[in-house]
Amino acid sequence: MKRMWAKFGPVVTVVIAIFALWYVMAVVMNANWAYDKAERADVDLGFNELVVDTWSQKKPRLPAPHQVAVELWNTTVMKSITSKRSLVFHAWITLSSTLLGFAMGTVLGILLAVGIVHNKAMNLSVMPWVIASQTIPILAIAPMIIVVLNAVGISGLVPKAVISMYLSFFPVVVGMVKGLRAPDAMQMDQMRTWNASKWTTFWALRWPSSVPYLFPSLKIGVAAALVGAIVAELPTGAVRGLGARLLAGSYYGQTIQIWSALLMAAALAAGLVMIIGQIEKVTLRKMGQSQEARR
Amino acid sequence: MNMYLIGALVFWLAAWALNVWLSNLKPTRLTKLLVPVIFGITLLVIWEWVVRGLEVKAVLLPPPSMIGAAFVNNIPTLWADFVQTFIKGALSGYFIGCGAAFITAIAIDRSPFLQKGLLPVGNFVAALPIIGMAPILVMWFGFGWQSKAAVVVIMVFFPMLVNTVQGMQAQTAMQRDLMRTYAASYPQKLLKLRLPAAAPFIFNGLKISTTLALIGAIVAEFFGSPTVGMGFRISTEVGRLALDMVWAEIVVAAIAGSAFYGVVALLEKATTFWHPSQRGQD
Repeated sequence: MKRMWAKFGPVVTVVIAIFALWYVMAVVMNANWAYDKAERADVDLGFNELVVDTWSQKKPRLPAPHQVAVELWNTTVMKSITSKRSLVFHAWITLSSTLLGFAMGTVLGILLAVGIVHNKAMNLSVMPWVIASQTIPILAIAPMIIVVLNAVGISGLVPKAVISMYLSFFPVVVGMVKGLRAPDAMQMDQMRTWNASKWTTFWALRWPSSVPYLFPSLKIGVAAALVGAIVAELPTGAVRGLGARLLAGSYYGQTIQIWSALLMAAALAAGLVMIIGQIEKVTLRKMGQSQEARR
Repeated sequence: MNMYLIGALVFWLAAWALNVWLSNLKPTRLTKLLVPVIFGITLLVIWEWVVRGLEVKAVLLPPPSMIGAAFVNNIPTLWADFVQTFIKGALSGYFIGCGAAFITAIAIDRSPFLQKGLLPVGNFVAALPIIGMAPILVMWFGFGWQSKAAVVVIMVFFPMLVNTVQGMQAQTAMQRDLMRTYAASYPQKLLKLRLPAAAPFIFNGLKISTTLALIGAIVAEFFGSPTVGMGFRISTEVGRLALDMVWAEIVVAAIAGSAFYGVVALLEKATTFWHPSQRGQD
């Protein structure tokens, strides 16, 4: 019990504090509207009534957590998955393009990293650009890619996936290049002593030693891919997906809808990162290098 | 096959051969600079000639020359957008967000309990699609640059906080013991040991935040903005299919982003020159 508290106590406390702050902020931010209404209805607003009102408005400036929770429950569990009002449906649209883009970005990133490690000219010419491109707000290109691909006749899943790919690809390249170069001179010399071919060196030494570097990059990559998919849904006024829910919510002032879409996106991101974390744990244990051993 | 395509192919092969030759020479500063520059120029030339050769429509992919022309012809507009989005939105948000995160990190530094609680939460939040907060903040703070700055504040806060808190723990037991031997007070410890030791981490957070700040300011404008600003320009010009202008805006974003990052990296070099990660580089 004591150990449980030491591990989770601080986190739980912080989370509870955040929720408490959230409720207080909901009162503060929605108070104006509540007073307005009360004045028009000519009633005196006591503190209790104020709190009750600010936590149950229809279009609050800041919805209280339980309002968002109710909306989440109503749009996920209570609606059939195929319904357009179901958040699960929208989340799936976003998730599918995220995953497709993430897969493409990972494959592309690994291939490029292999090329960079094995080819001197490629290392010198491409690597600076890969690093420089990280300082460029790539997300700004998203609307253009969507529109251009639409004009060529490609629409739907693929353009969004392309943006996700673009965002998830850089962390993978950088991480993999580091990982493939991780074997030290001693290990490389050993390979040379055994007269190992480049191919064998790659599969027996470089690839395994890059795995611990690959997973952290994948975690960053998948989070970036999700952001890419959401932003990609904004510019064309898409009607499906979490990004579309955000946009529609902001057009019609449906704050509760925005917050529920936001929490859904957060849950997706957390879930994806956690899944990769689990795969990482299992893989590293099977490879005989637990995370603790590396530290 | 027409002349442009053949020209592009020949140019590519020639540049590639040149780069292979250069990178097999003894690496000097010049080759290290020259090779990526040649690569970049090659990309531009191939882009230009392939677009001309295949007669790709300008509404799909304008050639670099056209983008350059759009850039030069629209400098006043681009400058106004730059001021609105970068100086007013991104920079003010960046300073407020990073400053707040830094102060928070120092405030919770003396409480291991808060650190243990805030670090996982901060790490979790840093992985979330925070950009989704943009519509809410636009609703709260209006269409002006204030809402963009607010988005930036939220986006940079957590990466900066996590990095600073981690950095504050980056001293060795030996160094801490030395401080105790000197009977150093808390402010002394903070200024002489912990902050300098944390500097590489803090700069890492600052560098990550530069990109996030620009992205936040641009994307927030997709949710509503006055009729000026880089995000606004991109979304409206895309709607009018004036892609040369969109690309010109992206060039501005790229220059601003790289320059911003470069300035922070230079500051890092100037202040943490003693750190192993900075030494050993020429």
